[in-house]
Amino acid sequence: MLELDDYGTSNFFQILKRRHPELLATLNSPDSTSSVRTTESSLRPYEGTTVLAVVYDGGVIMAGDRQATEGYQVGERRIQKVYPVDRHSAIAVAGAAGPCIEMAKLFQVEVEFYEKTEGVSLSLEGQANFLSHLVRSNLGLAMQGLIVLPLFAGYDLKRQRGRIFKYDAVGGRYEEDDYYAIGSGGKDARTTLKKRHTPEITRQDALEIVAEALWDAADEDIATGGPDLIRKIFPTLYTITEEGVAEIPQATVEALYRDLISRL
Amino acid sequence: MSTPYYVSPEQIRQDKEDFVRRGIAQAKEVVVLEYRDGLLMVAENPRKTTFKVSEIYDRIALAAAGRIAEYEALRVAGIRESEIKGFRYYREDVTAKWLTNLYSQHMGAVAQAWDAKPLEIELLVCEIGTTDASTSAGLQRNQIYHIAFDGIYSEEEKYAVIGGRATTITEILEQDYSDELEMSAALQLVTEAFQTVEAEAEDDYEITPETIEVACLEQTAARRKFRRLSTDEVTTLLS
Repeated sequence: MLELDDYGTSNFFQILKRRHPELLATLNSPDSTSSVRTTESSLRPYEGTTVLAVVYDGGVIMAGDRQATEGYQVGERRIQKVYPVDRHSAIAVAGAAGPCIEMAKLFQVEVEFYEKTEGVSLSLEGQANFLSHLVRSNLGLAMQGLIVLPLFAGYDLKRQRGRIFKYDAVGGRYEEDDYYAIGSGGKDARTTLKKRHTPEITRQDALEIVAEALWDAADEDIATGGPDLIRKIFPTLYTITEEGVAEIPQATVEALYRDLISRL
Repeated sequence: MSTPYYVSPEQIRQDKEDFVRRGIAQAKEVVVLEYRDGLLMVAENPRKTTFKVSEIYDRIALAAAGRIAEYEALRVAGIRESEIKGFRYYREDVTAKWLTNLYSQHMGAVAQAWDAKPLEIELLVCEIGTTDASTSAGLQRNQIYHIAFDGIYSEEEKYAVIGGRATTITEILEQDYSDELEMSAALQLVTEAFQTVEAEAEDDYEITPETIEVACLEQTAARRKFRRLSTDEVTTLLS
């Protein structure tokens, strides 16, 4: 039966919380005081590793490697860590893969739900703030070792530029002006980006430093997957511009890596 | 305690139907028709922010004639239930047939309640077919469901019209509609039909790109098939 009482809210998360809490099993966990630390127990969830975002002249690039680990084992070689949210934004996630994917999916639905019910898109700033609440609602699980950290990027139509937002485990939201990388290889990727990023960087140069940063992360961090030339698995790269979110075809990414390898 | 008057069920039903028919008679029409790349939805509507046609889910749109406020509540409820279902299962599991049943049950219950006024709206639930056999739904035709105020619904083929003068417009479409129309031809067909019924009306409502609302579900789009056409686009299509 149709319930019309929820008319006033454009907040999908709230509706699920009240009507279908079972669908938010992880994101709505009340058990934040539990002393069980999953990292020390036999439960070993898949972990996603390095994702990054780089602002360039005309937009922002978001990228991530494809590997998920299970302790010291490779759990999954083709995992997706970057998800388009609406026409002008994307989210990338690092941490426990299950809750990460759930958060990305819920966030995407939330933003689209808002757009459809209200008839206008949720502003980029509004999306970034809402993501803060989602991260905070995961605090209980984060305390148990199942941390989810998103990186959020989009093209701000009002300000006419790409923007990047990073988060801490308690939902703190911080804006980065030029680039950022998170996850186990995030620090290594940031080192490369720090050396190579310039303020008015072009799209092509930005794509090259993104490929290089992920290469360096994979080189230094055992959990991050590098380009797999045999299985043809390459990092996922998205550009977000005024025209929208576009995935860079895997063939183009392969060319970027072949070029990078030839220069090593 | 006084004994309530006896009123026969037939009489109650008839009264409600007359009441709704008077309301709908004043409602401007909405037409949905198949064209080459999907479904085109056109409504007489001079307003720029209150719509009669809207996006529900990836492949589903809703069109309504009648009271906007009543339609609005159903529109939002439809989006919500669809998103919940898609979140719980899979996006392809949300179908127009399911949504139509949901609306039908609700509208039927309201129409039968002794202490409630029936909803003064008619709905068209539209779903664009799939040309890709690899999806779980497989190959599927476009679907259009017409739901009356009392929840009774019927499946329409190729085109459907709701609103006060729906019968007249349907007659025009029966004459002039053909398969595989281009979007511009389909739009022209509908605007001409609107012009014909408006010419017969007393207060002449001029049909221009500014006074109609146009949206489509198009096969060429990515996941979200629904798109509103801007006034400029409509002008170009009509010229």
